Amino acid sequence: MHLTLLAFDWVLLLEKAVLILIIISVSLLVAMYETWGERKVAAFMQDRRGPNRAGPGGLFQPLADGLKLFMKEEIIPTNSSRLLFVLGPGLAMLTAMMTSAVVPWSSHFHLFGRDISMQIADVNIGILYIFGVVSMGVYGIMIGGWASNNKFSLLAAIRGASQIISYELAMGLAIIALLMISGSLSLRTIVEQQQVGHYYVLVQPLGFLIFLVCSFAECNRTPFDLSEADSELNMGFHLEYSSMKLGFYLFSEYVNVFISSAVMATLYFGGYDIPFVNDASLAQHWGQNPVAILQIVSLFGKVLIFIFFFMWVRWTIPRFRYDQLMKLGWHVLIPLALFNMLATGAFVLWRG
Amino acid sequence: MQPLTSRAKAVDRKPMNLWEKMYIPAIAKGMSITFGHMFKKKPTVNYPEKKRPFSPVFRGLHVLNRDEEGRERCTACGLCAVACPAEAITMEGAERMPGEEKLYREEKYAAKYEINMLRCIFCGLCEEACPKDAIYLSETFAPANYTRKGFIYGKEELLIPNPVTQPAEFAQARGGGSEAPRG
Repeated sequence: MHLTLLAFDWVLLLEKAVLILIIISVSLLVAMYETWGERKVAAFMQDRRGPNRAGPGGLFQPLADGLKLFMKEEIIPTNSSRLLFVLGPGLAMLTAMMTSAVVPWSSHFHLFGRDISMQIADVNIGILYIFGVVSMGVYGIMIGGWASNNKFSLLAAIRGASQIISYELAMGLAIIALLMISGSLSLRTIVEQQQVGHYYVLVQPLGFLIFLVCSFAECNRTPFDLSEADSELNMGFHLEYSSMKLGFYLFSEYVNVFISSAVMATLYFGGYDIPFVNDASLAQHWGQNPVAILQIVSLFGKVLIFIFFFMWVRWTIPRFRYDQLMKLGWHVLIPLALFNMLATGAFVLWRG
Repeated sequence: MQPLTSRAKAVDRKPMNLWEKMYIPAIAKGMSITFGHMFKKKPTVNYPEKKRPFSPVFRGLHVLNRDEEGRERCTACGLCAVACPAEAITMEGAERMPGEEKLYREEKYAAKYEINMLRCIFCGLCEEACPKDAIYLSETFAPANYTRKGFIYGKEELLIPNPVTQPAEFAQARGGGSEAPRG
């Protein structure tokens, strides 16, 4: 017993703990500045200036917002179910954070004589893990809406749940086509294949488009923000929430945007691969560590472009009506994804 | 039916064709419009740092004027109060004592002069009524205040600084407007 304990790689544990800490704080930081970015992008698209009072260019605005949310009175409605009411935002945040575990942020660093992988867990079923966790994300909305004991919230929660379930199907079918080509469910393997070959968006443009639309729906972002629909449902599932519990819901949405951007970049745009450069030969010239840093920068560049795209769409396209949403999901995206899957399968068989 | 204007447009209610049903061209068009707006000039004026210039005929806060020797011009005749449609002006006259010739231009002066800025409609009739060029509307407006009392401006707030003893403040109070009070 003692021997097995000693044989365990304790440094690995420490390394992973530090990595988890870094990734969680980075995703929170990115989510924080996404709120700032969203307001700036919205303002610029509407010929306004956006937040510019707190700090240079309004950069401290997220801090001020966070402080405000913390100072607000925390109200738990009398007729709500207390446990679930508190659990809802936590669950939303947890599921938003958990997805980051399988995303490879860079190849690896060579420090202290060890190869430190920049991925919390290289699970060989990475994509399935993402799907599992993302589907759990609906519990945050559902529990929050149910526990509020408010008809608007409940309606919004049901809308959100049915929307996420409908769009997950199309998303899964779009991914299956990608998996047929890659032959692996591990995100790191998929990125390594793209480093050698070309980005999968070139092979799977239709699949990417379907995945993109579905990830908008999964994140509950406009044009699919039916579960918060401020004009119809009066903020929907977080109607009864206040203070930092509301902040958690809003924050988890931004974390979701960040993570799903990272997943999209990883699956279709080569992940941490530096575009137009052969990473392996660069690593031989410059050493592994600088290249690993460049790869992180490259991934974050791609992620930022996606985040901007999320905001750009939000401030352009109005919300779908509920029947239009369902029609788009079931009548358009799923048949398209099925067609894409069949075509890809036929192509793979034809190529042998 | 005859269109009322030349800009009338018939609404197209034809069912959408396949290309339109794909939404993607329409979405791309919309997104190009919003992206184009990112680089447009913003009409916002950054208020506290940058102020829009007032027009020379702007009617703002009142100023009680002094002559070039720094004597108050107001003689408390009450014509401004009579002219005021909002009844915002009250005053009390007093007789100039010997030795006060440096302070007041004529034998009678306003011991108390109050304008209620909440009542005032900034019409400028007081300025027109004044036979002594004693009251002017400047190019500023009343700042916010916490109490109603704070909006009743007395002589301390209204009087322009003395051009003889405080020339710098006087110049600042006069400002750069073309219609600034003549000293």
